Amino acid sequence: MLIVHIIVTLFLGTGLFFTLVGSIGLLRFPDLYTRLHATGKCDTLGGGLIILGALIYHFFQYSGVPLVPAKLIFLIIFIFIANPTATHALMKAAYKTGLKPWRLGEERR
Amino acid sequence: MTFVFWMTILFIAITIGLSLYRAVVGPGAFNRMAGVNIIGTKTIALLVVMGYYFERPYFFDIALLYAMVNFIGTLAFAKYLERGELC
Amino acid sequence: MALGRREEMKLKKNGFRIFLTFCIMAIFWVLLSGIFDMFHLISGLICCNLVSLLSHDLLIKGKSEKNLLKLLRLLFYIPWELWQIVLANIDVAYRVLHPKMPIDPLIIEFDTTLRKDFSLTTLANSITLTPGTVTILVKPERGRFWVHALSKKSANALIVDQTMQKKVAHVFMEKQVQTETHEVFE
Repeated sequence: MLIVHIIVTLFLGTGLFFTLVGSIGLLRFPDLYTRLHATGKCDTLGGGLIILGALIYHFFQYSGVPLVPAKLIFLIIFIFIANPTATHALMKAAYKTGLKPWRLGEERR
Repeated sequence: MTFVFWMTILFIAITIGLSLYRAVVGPGAFNRMAGVNIIGTKTIALLVVMGYYFERPYFFDIALLYAMVNFIGTLAFAKYLERGELC
Repeated sequence: MALGRREEMKLKKNGFRIFLTFCIMAIFWVLLSGIFDMFHLISGLICCNLVSLLSHDLLIKGKSEKNLLKLLRLLFYIPWELWQIVLANIDVAYRVLHPKMPIDPLIIEFDTTLRKDFSLTTLANSITLTPGTVTILVKPERGRFWVHALSKKSANALIVDQTMQKKVAHVFMEKQVQTETHEVFE
C-alpha cells in the first residue's frame, strides 16, 4: 500500500510542478503569444498528471463498478484535445485583430 | 494520504492565485482571457482532488461539466473578439 | 413503415455510421448517468436512437473502409506524441525558470500536402503540443500553416526535418512531399 502512495504522491507532485511553471510563465513572459506557449503546454500535462495520480489512487483504494475511472479517463482525453484547441483559437483571434508579436529587445507588454 | 491531497489542494489554490494577477491586471482582453482559460484548467484538477479529499463522487460530474463550459466559453469569446459578432 | 423507398435506401447505406454513432452515444449515456435501472436504460436507448437517426452525418464523415487501419496507426502514433509532450514541457520549464529567459520568438509559414480535415486538425494540435511551437492559423484549402516558434532551433524541426508531417501523413494515408517553399519573416 505504501508504494502506491509514493507513486500517487510522485504523480501529484510532478503535475503540481508543471502547473506552477505554467503560472510563472504566464506572469513572466513578455507578450500574449509567448504566454500562450506556457499555458497551452504546461497546463495540459500538469492537469493530466494530477488526474492520472487520482486515477491510480482510485484503482487501489476503491472497488466496484468502475464508473468514476471511466469519467476520469474521459476527462484526461478531453483536456488533451480541448486545451490546445482553445489556445489555438485565442492565438488566431489575436493574430487576426493585428496584435504584433514581441521581438527580442523590445519593451514587454 | 489525506495530508497529500490537502497539500495538493493548497498548492493548486496558490497557482490559481498567481494566475489571477494576469486575469485581473493583464493589458487587453486577450491576456485576461488567457488567464481565465488557465484558471479553468486548474479548477478541473482542483475539483478532482477535492472529490477524493471530501470523498464525495459528485465532484467528478461537476469537473466534467466545468471542462466543457470552460472550453466552449473560451471558443465563443475568441470568436467574438475576432469578428465582433457571434455568428 | 412510414419511411419512403428512397429514405430506406439511404438508411441501408448509412447503417454502419448510424450504428457507430449509436454505440458512442450509448456508452456516453451509461457513463454519465451511472444508474442501471430499467427505466433509465430504456429512456437512454430511445434518446440515443433519436439522436443517431437525426444527426449521424455530423460525427463520422467519409468512407468507412480504411477507418480501422487508421485507428490502429493512430494508436501507434500516440505514445510518440506523449513523449514529445514531455520534452516540450521540460523545454518550456527550462525557458521559464532560467533567469535570463532565452527566447527569440519568430513566426514561420510553411505548406503541407495534407488536405483532409481530420489530419489537418491532428497536425495542428500536435504542433501546439511539441517543443517550442504553437499553431496560429491554418488555411485548409492550400494546406498552409502559420506557426509561432520560441526559437530558431525549434522552428527548424518543422521546416527542415518535417518528421511530424511525415508521421501524420503515414497515419492518415495521404502523400507527403518534402516542401521547400517556406518563408521566415520577422
